[in-house]
Amino acid sequence: MNAVYYISSVVAVVATVAAVTGLNAVHSLLYLIVSFLAVALIFFTLGAPVIAALEVIIYAGAIIVLFIFVVMILNLGDVAVEQEKRWTVGKMWIGPAFLALVLMAELVYVLFQQTVHHLPGAGPIQPQDLGATLFGPYMLGVELASMVLLAGLVGAYHLGRRRQPDETAQERQEPVDAGARR
Amino acid sequence: MASIPMEQGLLLAGVLFVIGLTGVLVRRNIIFVLLSLEVMLNAAGLAFIVAGYRWGQPDGQVLFLFILTMAAAEVSVGLALVLQLHRLFKTLDVDAADRMRG
Repeated sequence: MNAVYYISSVVAVVATVAAVTGLNAVHSLLYLIVSFLAVALIFFTLGAPVIAALEVIIYAGAIIVLFIFVVMILNLGDVAVEQEKRWTVGKMWIGPAFLALVLMAELVYVLFQQTVHHLPGAGPIQPQDLGATLFGPYMLGVELASMVLLAGLVGAYHLGRRRQPDETAQERQEPVDAGARR
Repeated sequence: MASIPMEQGLLLAGVLFVIGLTGVLVRRNIIFVLLSLEVMLNAAGLAFIVAGYRWGQPDGQVLFLFILTMAAAEVSVGLALVLQLHRLFKTLDVDAADRMRG
């Protein structure tokens, strides 16, 4: 099982790099699916089978499908790839990547400073323990999560609504009028 | 059931998080920025799972569920904003919307 962990972590890192640096949005999303599946396998080896299933269903399923729907609605083609080539020139990566690598080095340094080394995991966590904890001490969190989802639903509906042409023109007009009145 | 030292799991979470952070900093296309944000959230969730595995407590997995919920809500609002941006400015460049006025 250790080999599974190491192989899938390499796959996850490679796929994530390919997803973040890609030019074509759909190709990047497919790499991201591979990355999420690899992370799901890692969850499975780390004794979290329920979370592994949720990773596949919600991340690799629902969220990526949402992305793909938006890419389909926008109907990006070869023009978008050309535009991406112009937007992301190679030397743009140097500064942010260097700074992020500095943070990464600090993180690794702090992580391996700890005296507790090579302690293996305490064993898999049973789904019933997860459920008992989720609906026991974390009940308030579950309620708040439902509120967040409701807010997300209403917000997405409001923002994604296609406005009538005259309504948009009116909104464009209003700030100018307000400034003139002042 | 693997026996992975906690440091290595956290190291993987850190690497994924840094890749996502670099993507957020570099990309100009808003779809790729949102995609990198998803990578970062997923890495944070991985760190929780690794910690929960180390101590044998279900709390890490509970926190992952909350991160999952938050990511789903965030991405739905974010993609609605992408649609609005494309509708108003006919571009996906995040720099097009730096005036905070539609």
